Amino acid sequence: MDAIVLQILNGLDKGGAYALIALGLTLIFGTLGVVNFAHGALFMLGAFCAVAFNHVISLEKVVVDPTKTTAWGTPLEIRVPYLESWLGDTGATMLNYSVPLSILLAIPVMLLVGYIMERGLIRHFYKRPHAEQILVTFGLAIVLQEIVKTYFGANPIPQAAPDVVRGAMDLGVVLGFDPGTVVYPQWRIVYLFFSLSVIGAVFAFLQFTTFGMVVRAGMADRETVGFLGINIERRFTLVFAIAAVVAGLAGVMYTPILPPDYHMGMDFLVLSFVVVVVGGMGSLPGAVSAGFLLGILQSFASMNEVKTILPGIDQIIIYLVAVIILLVRPRGLMGRKGVMET
Amino acid sequence: MSIIRRPMNRRSLLKAGAASGLVLATPTIISRSAWAETNFRNDPTNSKSVTFGFNVPQTGAYADEGADELRAYQLAVKHLNGDGDGGMLNTMKPLSLNGNGVLGKKVEYVTGDTQTKSDAARASAKRMIEKDGVIMWSGGSSSGVAIAQQSLAQEMGVVYMCGLTHSNDTTGKDRRRYGFRHFFNAYMSGAALGPVLKKEMGTDRRAYHLTADYTWGWTQEESIANTTEGLGWETVNKVRTPLGAGDFSQYIAPVLNSGADVLILNHYGKDMINSLTQAVQFGLRDKVVNGKNFEIIVPLYSRLMAQGAGENIKGIYGTTNWNWSLQDEGSKAFVKSFGQEYGFPPSQAAHTCYVQTLLYADACERAGTFNPVEVIKALEDHQFDGMGNGPTLYRGADHQCFKDVLVVKGNENATSQFDLLEVVEVTPASQVTYDPEIFGGELGPYKV
Repeated sequence: MDAIVLQILNGLDKGGAYALIALGLTLIFGTLGVVNFAHGALFMLGAFCAVAFNHVISLEKVVVDPTKTTAWGTPLEIRVPYLESWLGDTGATMLNYSVPLSILLAIPVMLLVGYIMERGLIRHFYKRPHAEQILVTFGLAIVLQEIVKTYFGANPIPQAAPDVVRGAMDLGVVLGFDPGTVVYPQWRIVYLFFSLSVIGAVFAFLQFTTFGMVVRAGMADRETVGFLGINIERRFTLVFAIAAVVAGLAGVMYTPILPPDYHMGMDFLVLSFVVVVVGGMGSLPGAVSAGFLLGILQSFASMNEVKTILPGIDQIIIYLVAVIILLVRPRGLMGRKGVMET
Repeated sequence: MSIIRRPMNRRSLLKAGAASGLVLATPTIISRSAWAETNFRNDPTNSKSVTFGFNVPQTGAYADEGADELRAYQLAVKHLNGDGDGGMLNTMKPLSLNGNGVLGKKVEYVTGDTQTKSDAARASAKRMIEKDGVIMWSGGSSSGVAIAQQSLAQEMGVVYMCGLTHSNDTTGKDRRRYGFRHFFNAYMSGAALGPVLKKEMGTDRRAYHLTADYTWGWTQEESIANTTEGLGWETVNKVRTPLGAGDFSQYIAPVLNSGADVLILNHYGKDMINSLTQAVQFGLRDKVVNGKNFEIIVPLYSRLMAQGAGENIKGIYGTTNWNWSLQDEGSKAFVKSFGQEYGFPPSQAAHTCYVQTLLYADACERAGTFNPVEVIKALEDHQFDGMGNGPTLYRGADHQCFKDVLVVKGNENATSQFDLLEVVEVTPASQVTYDPEIFGGELGPYKV
C-alpha cells in the first residue's frame, strides 16, 4: 500500500508539471487556434530565469591571492558573492531562497517573451494551416534552445531548493502508515501545491474577472464577441503572454527537481501535447484532469510489479491510453464539439 | 643435319623449375614492398602535412564533454607541431616524437559532430575519411557511437582511436583491429571498486541497480553485480531505465521499501545527474536500512557530471579513468598546459583524447610509416609510461589499455568548483587485468 501511495504522489507531482504546460497550450489553442510547439521551450526559458537569477545574485568578487597558485601555475582566485559581502546574513538568505525569489524575475520576463512571440511571429500564422503553425513554432523552439545552449552550455545546471524544504518528509506518520515507509521529498510536495495554486489562480482569473469572461466568450464564439465591439485580438495577445508565464513558472519551480538544461522543454512538450489531446482540444478542465491522470498512470506503469507482467509498459503507457481514449471518445475526455473536426 | 630431341632429365627439370619460380616471384617481392609503402587509404606521402579527424559531440547532451575533448585534441596537435610547452611530450616514455609533426609532416585537423548518435557519427567520420582525407580519427562520448565507428574503421581501413567509451563490448565482443581504446571499462570499474566497497561497506549488503537501458548500462550492471555478489552482497533488483528519462522518481520510489541498503546507479551524463539528484531528494542517504546507513554508488564518475550533480555527490563512491588532481609528472604537465591554455583543468575525457592522439602519432614514428597495418602493429602490445596512469600496456589481443584505475568519492570539502572528486585509492593495473577471451569477439584482419 505504501508503494501505491508513493506512486500516486509521484504521479500527482509529475502531473502538476504536465497540467501547467498543457493548461497554457490549451489556452493558446482555445483562444488563438494556434498549435504552439514552442510551449516546451517556454517551460525551459522559465527554468533558465531561475538559473540566470541565481547567476546574477551569486556574482562574485574575485580577489587574487598572489601567495598561492593553481595547479596550472596561475595565481589563485578567491571568490566571495557580492550579495553576501554587502548584506551579510540577509544576502546569504537571499542566495538560499534563489529559486522561489526568481519568480519575481520570471513573471515580467515571460510576459515580455510571450508578448513578443505573439506580436512578432505567431499572429502572422493565425490563418495558416496547423501544419505550418507547427513547423514555425517548432523552429522557434529550436532557436530558443540553441540560444540558451550558447549562453549556459549543454550540461544541466543544478539549482538547490531552500534549506528548509530540501530534505525528505516522512508522510507515513501523517497518512497512518508505519514511520519511514512513505518518505517523500519536501520540495516535490511544495511543487504539487504550487501547481494546484497556479491552476486555481488561472481558473479564478478566467471565471471571476471581466477580462476572463470576455476571453471565455471569445473561446466559445470569437466572431460574436467581435461584433459586440470588443477588441478580442488584444485580449488574446495577453492570453498568450499569460500562458507563457504559466509555463515559465512551472519551469522555475521544477529546477530543484530536474537540473535544467537547454533540452528539457522538448522532453515535456510531446507528453504535454498528448495530455491536451487526451483532455480534449480546447478544454481547460480536460487538460488539467488529463495531466494528473497521465502522470499517475505513468508512475504506476513504472512499478516493478507491473513491469514484470508487462515489460516496457512504462515507455508506452501514455500513448496507449491516448489511443484507447481517442478510440472511445474521439474528442478526448472533455473536448468541445467542432474543435479540430473540420 | 639432323635435330636430335633429347629427353629432359630430372636435374634439368629442377633447374628450370627453380629459374621459373625466381622469375615469377621477383615482381611479387617488388610489388609487395611497393604496396606496403603506398597502397593504403589517404596515404600522405606526397603531402607536406597529415590530417587527423576529431569527431566529438558538438551538439546534444554531451556537447560540453565534446568541447573539452576538442580542446585536448587542439592542444595535442599544438604539441605535436612543436608549439606550446610540449605537455606530456616531456614525460612520455618511450618517446619517438620530436616536436616537428609526425614523420616530418605538419599535423592538421578537421572536426566533426557525432551528436552522440551512431548514424550521425558514422556519417561524419565517413565524410572526414573520404572528403578530408584523414589518416586517423578519434573522439566520442558514448559506447554505442564508439562501437559504430570502430566497425567503420575496419571497413575503411583507417585507424580509429576511441574517445570516452566504457562498455566492455568496445574491446570485447565488438573489438576491431582498426579500433583502440585507452579509456578503462566497466569490468575494470568493478574490479577496482570491489575492495574499496568491501572495506567501506562490508560484505553483508543488499544492492538495487538502476541501469541505463543500452550497451554500456548492461555491461556495467553485469560487471558491478558480479563484483558485489563476489563480495557476498545480495542483488535485490535490477531495473532498466530509459535513456534520457529525465524524472527518475517513479524508479527511485520503489527502492525505498525494497529492503535494499545500497543503490547502484548505472547511469552516465545527464541521466546520472538527474537520478542521483532525485535519489538524494528522496532521502535515501539519510535512511538506515538493515541497521546500516543507506549508500549510493556511481560506478563511472566524471568531473563534468559531478559539477552537474552539485552537492549531491559528496561522499559517493565511484571510479574514474583519470583526475586532474593526480600528482605524477605526466598529469602535472598536462594540467599545466591545459590550464594555461584554457583557464581551467581538463576532464577525464580531455585526458584520454589527448593521450590517444600522442600515442597514435608516436606509433607512426616508431613504425616509420603511416601505413595503418604497420601503425596497428606498433600500437599492439606497446608499453608506455608518463601519461598519467602509471605504466600502461596497449594489449594486442583486444586493443584495450591496462593501467591503474582511480577509485574516487565526491569531495566533502571542495576547495574550488573543480575540486569535486577525491581519489581514495589507485588500483594497480594488475588488479584490473583480465583474460581477453572472457568477453569473446574477434579483432579481424590487418589488411582490409
